[in-house]
Amino acid sequence: MTQTSHATTADSTELLRGTAGVIADWSSDQRAFKRVPWGKAMMWIFLVSDTFIFSCFLIGYMTVRVSTTDPWPNPSEVFALTMFGEKIPLILIAIMTFVLITSSGTMALAVNFGYRRNRKVTFILLLATALLGATFVGMQAFEWTKLITEEGVRPWANPLGAPQFGSVFFMITGFHGTHVSIGVLFLIIVAVKVLRGNMDDERPGFMTGRPQRYEMVETMGLYWHFVDLVWVFIFAFFYLW
Amino acid sequence: MAMTDVAHDAVDYVRPAEVAEEALYHPKTWLGKYVFSQDAKIIALQYSMTAMAVGLIALLLSVLMRLQLGFPGVFSFITPDAYIQFVTMHGMIMVIYLLTALFLGGFGNYLIPLMVGARDMVFPYVNMVSYWVYLFAVLLLLASFFVPGGPTGSGWTLYPPQTILPGTPGADWGILLMLISLAFFVIGFTMGGLNYVVTVLQARTRGMSLMRLPLTVWGIFMATILALLAFPALLVSAVMMTLDSVLGTSFFMPAIVSMGQTLDYSGGSPVLFQHLFWFFGHPEVYIVALPAFGIVSELISVHARKNIFGYRLMVWAIVVIGGLSFVVWAHHMYVSGMNPYFGFFFATTTLIIAVPTAIKVYNWVLTLWRGNIRLTVPMLFAIAFVFTFINGGLTGIFLGNVIVDIPLSDTYFVVAHFHMVMAVSPVLAVFGAVYHWYPKITGRMLNETLGKFHFWVTFVGLYCIYYPMHYLGILGVPRRYYATGVTDFIPESAQVMNAGISIAAIIVASTQLVFLYNLAVSTTRGKPAGDNPWGATTLEWQTATTPPSHGNFGKELPLVYRWAYDYSVPGAKEDFIPQNVPASGDTGDAR
Repeated sequence: MTQTSHATTADSTELLRGTAGVIADWSSDQRAFKRVPWGKAMMWIFLVSDTFIFSCFLIGYMTVRVSTTDPWPNPSEVFALTMFGEKIPLILIAIMTFVLITSSGTMALAVNFGYRRNRKVTFILLLATALLGATFVGMQAFEWTKLITEEGVRPWANPLGAPQFGSVFFMITGFHGTHVSIGVLFLIIVAVKVLRGNMDDERPGFMTGRPQRYEMVETMGLYWHFVDLVWVFIFAFFYLW
Repeated sequence: MAMTDVAHDAVDYVRPAEVAEEALYHPKTWLGKYVFSQDAKIIALQYSMTAMAVGLIALLLSVLMRLQLGFPGVFSFITPDAYIQFVTMHGMIMVIYLLTALFLGGFGNYLIPLMVGARDMVFPYVNMVSYWVYLFAVLLLLASFFVPGGPTGSGWTLYPPQTILPGTPGADWGILLMLISLAFFVIGFTMGGLNYVVTVLQARTRGMSLMRLPLTVWGIFMATILALLAFPALLVSAVMMTLDSVLGTSFFMPAIVSMGQTLDYSGGSPVLFQHLFWFFGHPEVYIVALPAFGIVSELISVHARKNIFGYRLMVWAIVVIGGLSFVVWAHHMYVSGMNPYFGFFFATTTLIIAVPTAIKVYNWVLTLWRGNIRLTVPMLFAIAFVFTFINGGLTGIFLGNVIVDIPLSDTYFVVAHFHMVMAVSPVLAVFGAVYHWYPKITGRMLNETLGKFHFWVTFVGLYCIYYPMHYLGILGVPRRYYATGVTDFIPESAQVMNAGISIAAIIVASTQLVFLYNLAVSTTRGKPAGDNPWGATTLEWQTATTPPSHGNFGKELPLVYRWAYDYSVPGAKEDFIPQNVPASGDTGDAR
C-alpha cells in the first residue's frame, strides 16, 4: 500500500520515564518498544538467541574440560610467543583483544556520525571497523596455523594433553571467527551503502532501513558490539582459566 | 443491564498512528507472486503443504511400525534395522518437521499479520528465505532414505555414543544428513521466528494492545520465543556431534570399546548431550503445545458463542508455562545417572507446571459452561483436544515423579503419555484449526459430513491406540523393541493387545485420506463461505475480500476498539461484535 501520512507520530511526542514508562509502552497499542525500528528490534532478539548458542558452546566446553581424564594444557604457555628474545604469555591474544575492543570504539563513533548524517566520516569509521575486524581474523588465522603446524594440535588429537583442548579451541574460536568475518562483510556493505547515499534514498532497499534515519548503522553496530562481548567471555573462560 | 457491563473494554477513540505505514513490497512476476512469494499468506501455505506432505511420510512410517508390532514375522521387509529407522524418522519428522513447522511456519505466517492487523510480516524477504531453507532441510532429511545404510536408527533423541558407532543403522550417512538437516531447520526457523516476534511486538494496528491480542497469537508468539531460545541448544549439539562423527573429536564420546576394539575416543561426556538435547527438547514440547492452547481457546470461544473465561489468566498462564519450560528439562533424564538431587529439583519444577496448565483447562471448561455450544467440526476437535490433553497431562504427573518414573522409563507408558499430551493433542488442534480457518483461506467450507466422519474415527481410534499402551507400559513392555515375544515377564496376551492397537492405528491412518480428499475437493466444490461464516470477532474475519488479498486489508488498516472475545454481549444486535467496531456501535444500528 502507499504510504499514508498521519499528523501525530510518537517519535515527536514525549514518553514516560522509568517503570511507569515501561508499563505504559507495553500496555499500549502498535509498538511495545516505542521509537525502535523493526530492524533494531529484530537484531536484539536475534542476539539473545545467539547468546544462547555461545552459552551452550561455553557450557559444553566447561563440561568436557571437567569430564576429560587427560591433563588440560596451560593456555598461557600454549599461546605464548617469543618476541625480542623473551617468551611473553598470551601476547598475541592480548593484541587481538585490543584490536577487537578498538573496533568497538570506531563502530560507536560511526553510529554517532551516522545519526549526524555525516556520510564521509561514517564511511571512513565503518571501513576502519571492518579493517580492524579483518586484522583480528588474520591474527586468528596466524594463531591457528601456529597451533596446527608447530604444536601439532588437531581437533581430534593433542600432543600437549587433553584432545578436547584442540576440539573446543577450533570449534569455539572458529564459530566466533565466522561471526567476525560475516560482520566484516556486512560492515563493508553498509559502508558502501552509506557512501553512495542509499540511506538517504526514498526508495526501499536491502539493508537501508527507513529513509534518512541511518538506523541500519546502529543495527550493524549492535551485532558488532555483541561479537566483541562474546570474545570477552571466550577470552576469560578459555584463555585465562 | 448497565451499559458498563455491555462490553469488556470497548472504547470509541483510538490514538493517532505513531509512524507512517511502511511501503508494501509488490511482486512483479508470476514466480515472485506464487513461488518465491514474499506474502506471508503464500509462505504459510507453502509451509503447511510441505509439512503435511512430510507428515504423511511419518504417518506411513508409523503404520509400518504398527504392522511389525502387531503381526511380528509376517512382513519380512521390516527388518530390525528398518524398524528402528522408522521409529527414529517418525519421531523426528512429526515433532520438528511437521508440528513445529505447521504451527509456527504455517499458522503463524497466516494468522499473525491478519490477527494483529498488519499488512504482512515485518521482513517479507527474510520470511521467504525461511521457507526455502526449511524446504532444503526437509529434502536433506528425506535424502537419508536413499543413502548407503539408510536413515539413522538411533531413536529420535539421537543419544551418543551409540548414535555414531557402527552397529547402529545409518551411523555413516544417515546421522550426518539428520544433523545437517536439523542445523538448517534451526537456521530457517530463526529467520521466520524473528519475523513472528517482531511483527507481534512492533507492527500491530492502531488500538491493538497486547492484552487485546487473540489467544492464538499469544500462543504462537510465546512458542516462537521458546523456539528462539531452545533451538540454539539443538544447533550446538548437532554441531558437536557432527564433529564427533566426522573429525573424530570426543565431545560426547567417552573411552569406549566397540566390538572388541578400543576406539580413539576418550574423555567426552554423553550426559552433556542429553542435557543439551533436552534443554531444547522440553521447550519443544511447549513449542507445539502453546499454539495448540491458543487455537483451542479461540475455537471454544467462537463456537460456544461465549467470551473466553479469564482472558488475562490465560495469557499469563501461557507466559508462565513458557518460562517454566526452561527449568524442567532433566525430568527426561532421571535414569541417565545424573545426581539424584537434580531429580528432586526437576520433579518439583515439573509438577509446578501443572498449576498454570490446570488453570487453562479449567478456563476452557468454564468457557463451555452454559455456552451456546455449536457442535461444528472445529468445536468437536477443540473439545477432543481438551479431553486428550487432560488424559495425557495426568499421566505426566506420574512420570514427573522420580520414583514412579524409574520403573516406567522406556516402557510403552511413556509412549502413551507423550503421544496423548504432545502428539495427538496438538494434531487435534491442527485439525480443528484447519476446519475453522479453511473458509478464510479458500473462501469455501469443508464438507461437514466428511469432517464429522473424520473426527469420530480419529477421536475414538486414537483412544483405542493409546489407552491400551498405558497398560502395556505398566506390564513393563519396553519401547523401541522390534519384537517382544521372547521376553519372559510379558504375558502372551500382550501380543493380542498389540495386534488390536495396530488394527486401530491402520484404520485411523487411512481415515486421514478422507481428510485430504475433503481438503482437495472442497477448494472447488465446497459451499461458498462468505467473509465470516462462524460469526467470529477477530480481525482476519473482517477483511474486505475472502481469501484476503495482498496487503490483507483494504486501503485503510482496521482500527481496534475492543478485545477479541465479545460474544453474546447483552443488548447487542448480534451475538458477536467484531474487534473493529467502536463502543457506540454495540447496540445501535450503526453496523
